[in-house]
Amino acid sequence: MALVDTGSAKDAGVRLSEAMPGDYFALLKPRVMSLVVFTALVGMVAAPATLNPLIALIALLAIAVGAGASGALNMWYDADIDRVMSRTRQRPVPAGRVTPGEALAFGLVLSFLSVMTLGLLVNWLAAALLAFTIFFYVVIYTMWLKRSTPQNIVIGGAAGALPPVIGWAAVTGQVSLESVILFLIIFLWTPPHFWALALFKSGDYERAGIPMMPNVAGAASTRRQIFAYSTIIAPLGVAPWLLGYVSAGYGLSATALGAGFLWYAWQVLRMGDDDRAMKPAKALFAYSILYLFGLFAIYLTDTIVMRLVSGGV
Amino acid sequence: MMDEEGVKLTPEQRKARRARSIAIGLALAALVIIFYVATIAKFGPAILERPL
Repeated sequence: MALVDTGSAKDAGVRLSEAMPGDYFALLKPRVMSLVVFTALVGMVAAPATLNPLIALIALLAIAVGAGASGALNMWYDADIDRVMSRTRQRPVPAGRVTPGEALAFGLVLSFLSVMTLGLLVNWLAAALLAFTIFFYVVIYTMWLKRSTPQNIVIGGAAGALPPVIGWAAVTGQVSLESVILFLIIFLWTPPHFWALALFKSGDYERAGIPMMPNVAGAASTRRQIFAYSTIIAPLGVAPWLLGYVSAGYGLSATALGAGFLWYAWQVLRMGDDDRAMKPAKALFAYSILYLFGLFAIYLTDTIVMRLVSGGV
Repeated sequence: MMDEEGVKLTPEQRKARRARSIAIGLALAALVIIFYVATIAKFGPAILERPL
């Protein structure tokens, strides 16, 4: 399909786009955005204060758009490597539906709008945290770490872990230990989640020249590190109960979910070097998504139920 | 006639441009509504009764 008119438009030196709104929406990485919205919502609900529901909705929307904007800027910068990876070559920029310049402009405008909206209508601490998240994801992770160190997603994971802190700050105007615990759960969940993917997509990363852990330290080392992180994430998931933020119901559920995480990570650890199908790695990747959604869903439910019981709502 | 000159759009380009224009229009309208609603939510209906 011709995406750029090669007739009169070319003669006139003008590029005429056939990009549909859906292509621009795809630049926002909607699936990542859904996790951002959900974890930010948990941060907002868990916060010990109330916000006008309309302002809360606007805050959530601004956080979602800010996260989406950083996704668009990531796709602008990474178009060259996205083109050679099977997982990403259908993205709008490498597929030619949106030009890199359009993705850059789109990302910059949305970054500005989302941060200003959050600042003007909610509070400036939340806006500053959102701006920092966008900066960290685009500049620190995408432009610097991703192509230079196998610790890229370990450090870069901070950007994906900040939404509950932003949500908390939007409601309270502060950052608390509870919101930092939520941050740490996502932060330490990120390495085993992405390394499980990197194990069965290592060929992709190799072709693109990205120094992911399996390509640099080898599959065996990556499997050990996945398991090591899993032994941290499993008890950390239970920490909010041990610190008294949520009920025993959450504690038991988090223990079960954490045990599941350890079990899947153990299967990955036992996976042989000659395993081409890598089913345990695929299973851990799928389970890790379920784990984080599940943990935060239980956190959300527990907080609401506890408030209802204590008459706080 | 002037429209004989200039860039000719293919039907696909025309369709895409129309869809993008509608999306931009809706996004701008949403932004206006967001700021309108937020102003009312933050200041309350009494905002109109304030001394200028």
